[in-house]
Amino acid sequence: MKDKTKYFSYPYIVWIVTFILFPSFLVLLYSITSKDSNGVTTIHFTLENYELFFKKMYVNILFDSIWLAAISTVICLLLGYPAAYIISNAHISKRNTLLFLCILPMWMNMLLRTYAWMTILGNNGLINNFLGFLGLPKLNLLYTKGATVMGMVYNFIPFMILPIYTALSKLDNKLIEAAADLGADKKTVFKKIIFPLSMPGVISGIIMVFMPAVSTFIIPQLLGGNKNMMIGNLIEKLFILNGDWNFGSAISIVMMLIILISMSIMNKFDVDKEGGARLL
Amino acid sequence: MKKYLSRIYMLIMYIFLYAPIIVLAIYSFNESKSRGNWTGFSLKWYIELFQDRDIKTALYYTVSIAIISSIISTILGTIASLGINSLKGNMKSLVLNINYLPVVNPDIVTGISLMILYISFNMDLGFNTMLISHIVFSTPYVILSILPKLKQLDKNMTEAALDLGATPMYAIRKVIIPEIKPGIITGFLTAFTLSIDDFIISYFTKGEGVTNLSIVIYSMARRGVRPTINALSTIMLTVVLILMLIINKRSNLESKTKNQREARY
Repeated sequence: MKDKTKYFSYPYIVWIVTFILFPSFLVLLYSITSKDSNGVTTIHFTLENYELFFKKMYVNILFDSIWLAAISTVICLLLGYPAAYIISNAHISKRNTLLFLCILPMWMNMLLRTYAWMTILGNNGLINNFLGFLGLPKLNLLYTKGATVMGMVYNFIPFMILPIYTALSKLDNKLIEAAADLGADKKTVFKKIIFPLSMPGVISGIIMVFMPAVSTFIIPQLLGGNKNMMIGNLIEKLFILNGDWNFGSAISIVMMLIILISMSIMNKFDVDKEGGARLL
Repeated sequence: MKKYLSRIYMLIMYIFLYAPIIVLAIYSFNESKSRGNWTGFSLKWYIELFQDRDIKTALYYTVSIAIISSIISTILGTIASLGINSLKGNMKSLVLNINYLPVVNPDIVTGISLMILYISFNMDLGFNTMLISHIVFSTPYVILSILPKLKQLDKNMTEAALDLGATPMYAIRKVIIPEIKPGIITGFLTAFTLSIDDFIISYFTKGEGVTNLSIVIYSMARRGVRPTINALSTIMLTVVLILMLIINKRSNLESKTKNQREARY
């Protein structure tokens, strides 16, 4: 029986080879061939697409993306950890509602959530109107890097709260009681017991925020404007506007590498192997 | 004291999470085009929205692609899960890792790789390519929600069915499928919501005249704030809210009956 049901996976294997593995191979192929190679007959292998990437302008975009994503991740952690901690300590009857309220915005379309901030930060937006009402000068809030970070924190903070909450709610209360019995004060209990045991949640949270943040192109496009490009915008521009598949593919490969590297770095810290990503 | 502090903290958190959405909804009823001033209650943006042809076609494509792709990926995923579950060793982990690729890969990379595939094979970008792409990225989630259920499955049950003379297909239909049904339903719902919500992959695999709501919102928002988007957002938010309440109620009911059932045994 078992031997026969394994044939059920064959159609799907064909499917994933065609639509997942082969396209990834095509991206890799485009990234290492030059633009003038037409069709299969005249493929020129080259590393020029990767070399082009090391021009100052593009390297700056790369560093900007990593930097903005990192800041957003840190802010999400600083804001999200206390929230997850408070929810996990709330009365058991309230816990689910409190958590549900935190993740409900996640179910709303990301574009709308980002767009909502345009109406708040814009020149005629809520904040500037309020400042005008007080007789204060208008601030330039929209189309800045700060607005991009704001949008990323807003969009991705549920991804931080959820895994930390899960880790904290699994925590064995007896450990905390034991520590208290042995004379540890609240600070020490948090530092030596609660925080280390919530690490798997923190790590998953960091991965789950950093990954979409570094690759997003909606948020910098709508909130950061044209001046504050991130690596995702560059890929979009190269594929949609310029039609430069070779360079675009090379950047996509670089982006995949950044994500794989950051995931494997984070997994190194992860003591509990179950919580981490399965690919590595 | 500490209690109050944590209450205030959570309150600020919820204001941060919900204020933008509420502001959006309020301004969708504003008569004036500039968001700055409140000039009176009006439904004119909703009327304008319902007359917008682009939005109507986008809505049609969004819903039809979500329905078709979630049904196909549920069927494909269920069959694949049965197969993957009985694969062994390296082959199994290889298939699982490839299956995992669209989950960990940034959407933009999945999007461009599919776009390259379609164009390289001279496929016309449009409804079909968008549909295939949605099946590609949602099937892995279906499989990931069914496989754990298959692992929990009691092997003796299938063997008992076979010993009692059931054909393998009959055993799958009558024993395995009912047991993994919760996983299949979760997978279907995940596939459906992912498809409704998708922007990035659709954006790279869309074709002439075929768009979805996210793409319309993106191209409108790019040109600045428009009151019709506020109206559209408010409608979409209401729909999501109602859906979530229904799902929540359903799962509450389910866990309640489950507890009762467990209590009885």
